Amino acid sequence: MSLSPVEGVALAEIESDPDATMPAAKGVVGRSPGQLAWMRLRRDRTAVVSGVLLVFFLLLGLAAPLIEMAYGIGPREQFQNLLDGFGMPLGYAGGVTGDHWFGLEPNLGRDIFIRLIYGLRTSLFIAFAAALITATIGVVLGALAGYLGGWLDAVINWITDLTLAMPFLIIALALTPTITLRFYGERGQVSSAFGVGVLIAVFAIFGWTSTARLVRGQVIALREREFVEAARASGAGLGHMLFRQLLPNIWAPILVSFSLAVPQFITSEAALSFIGVGLSDETPSFGRMIYDSLDFLQTDPAYVFFPGITIFALVFAFNLFGDALRDALDPKSSR
Amino acid sequence: MSRFLIKRLFSATLTLFAVSVLTFLMFFALPRDPVSSICSKNCNPERLERVRDDLGLNDPLISQYAGYMKGIVTGRDLGSAQGGRCDAPCLGWSYVTNEAVSDTIARVLPVTLSIVIPAAILWLLLGVGLGMVSALRRGTWLDRLAIGFSLTGASLQLYFVGAVLLLVFVYNLRLLPVPSYTSLFDNPAKWASGLVLAWVALAFLFSAIYARLSRAQMLETLSEDFVRTARAKGLAKPTVYGRHALRAAITPVVTIAGLDVGGALGGTVITETTFGIQGLGRTAVDAVRSGDLPTIMATVLIAAVFVVLANVLVDLLYAAIDPRVRLR
Repeated sequence: MSLSPVEGVALAEIESDPDATMPAAKGVVGRSPGQLAWMRLRRDRTAVVSGVLLVFFLLLGLAAPLIEMAYGIGPREQFQNLLDGFGMPLGYAGGVTGDHWFGLEPNLGRDIFIRLIYGLRTSLFIAFAAALITATIGVVLGALAGYLGGWLDAVINWITDLTLAMPFLIIALALTPTITLRFYGERGQVSSAFGVGVLIAVFAIFGWTSTARLVRGQVIALREREFVEAARASGAGLGHMLFRQLLPNIWAPILVSFSLAVPQFITSEAALSFIGVGLSDETPSFGRMIYDSLDFLQTDPAYVFFPGITIFALVFAFNLFGDALRDALDPKSSR
Repeated sequence: MSRFLIKRLFSATLTLFAVSVLTFLMFFALPRDPVSSICSKNCNPERLERVRDDLGLNDPLISQYAGYMKGIVTGRDLGSAQGGRCDAPCLGWSYVTNEAVSDTIARVLPVTLSIVIPAAILWLLLGVGLGMVSALRRGTWLDRLAIGFSLTGASLQLYFVGAVLLLVFVYNLRLLPVPSYTSLFDNPAKWASGLVLAWVALAFLFSAIYARLSRAQMLETLSEDFVRTARAKGLAKPTVYGRHALRAAITPVVTIAGLDVGGALGGTVITETTFGIQGLGRTAVDAVRSGDLPTIMATVLIAAVFVVLANVLVDLLYAAIDPRVRLR
């Protein structure tokens, strides 16, 4: 599992291309594990396709205001004149036209396409921020627990168990309005940035356990190796041991777990807004859109499909890419 | 073995205790005053104060907590405003629904059990079966189909699948009634037809994860020496795969299954919301919305009990399935 630099070079020598697709024109070339992984990733068709798709989604999210300008419709604009007397969009498939690519929301008459673009932006931002924070917490706590052992290990393990025993959705549901009200009081106008911040905080509290477990296991496996002993013997401090000696050897599984955590947070964010916490209606969100669309399943079935399929495609691309990344970083594992 | 069990149960109790304290503190910080929802408009300060006294909200936090825990173990007298005597698993009195919380739980817990248990059986059979078959038929079209299925299922969202199922089977084909809960003992046919969509939706998504996991595990086991030895000494394929390999491959699946089932029993919030069924999860959500502290406490505690028990059970099952795991 571990890709220490020495093993990496050895791998480059031994693993003389099992696919045998390339002509055998090689002397002994030293390649870093990173270069090796990158080569494998580039050769993997699934990785390339899902990677391109991900970049596309990221660009869509980043460029949301630009797309709004080009598209000419904002996420809060209402088009009541295109709805019939019952608040249902006129025309086919929920009012799909050249102006409104994905149709309109029933009742409010907002444009679904631009709301999806902004929903993508929110969703990706929350997921990446939450994944970064949980990975950091998890790596630090896991490495400390694994390296130091003893009572610290026991305490961190127990906190992990405790966190896993709490029903996440219910706690998050109760915690989010509590935090918001503590900061804003009964009547304060909650800014959407604050709502996003609270969501990320809730994810950070609950999401770090799996990374911590993973890192702890890896560190324990490395703890008794000679290079660790050597560094300790030459008087390395705790920080140096953790971040200079141990961490570089386990970045591969951490990277994989990070890439698979992002879609999980996308899903969780949508699930939370589906049960009605987190973001206010002002901020477009996938989960919220699907929840709203359930009332119109019979009258406007197209409404559920646009957000449903978008979030599927997003999570699917992330999952495929995460798997491909794991294959590239750790070709021995069979999943 | 018994020493391990005692140790395990002790740490489980400690975890539950911590969960109860944390929830108690957390929901005490809920800004909504439980009293204001009881007498909403014409409530003078004196009356408010009296209700608060009745509820014991003026007592120090510790004695409130102690009273609550005592109620669970021995039962306690809640006073006439809260339905008088409250028997042994006393979870308090909800002013929002005006009934004892234990009655609410007794009503909604069977709903969640009826959703989760059949769904879990379905997803385990389907998931593990599919994973085994695709590992044994590695590289065939069947394997590729199973991989595609599990990749798709792992990326789909329950509420979306649920919505599509509702749309197709309830609203368009009209094959099934709108999902609802009827007691199994009153009318088994109606029980099944009202919940089958929830089972299918849950089983579809979960079995995807299990198919993937058990395929990977089975592939790893099949390449081990003891499988080759068993084949070489002339054991029939079904015996080797079905008894020797399956047993070794299934242990990680058991871990995940225990956690998943335990978690799901604590309330399938999303499923219940999608299909409009009032189970434990939905009750918890409603309680949080209305600031119904006793009900929130009860639902969180029950959910935690399920997770912790599942954890202990998994450890025991481990030893039963895999003799290499000797409990210390």
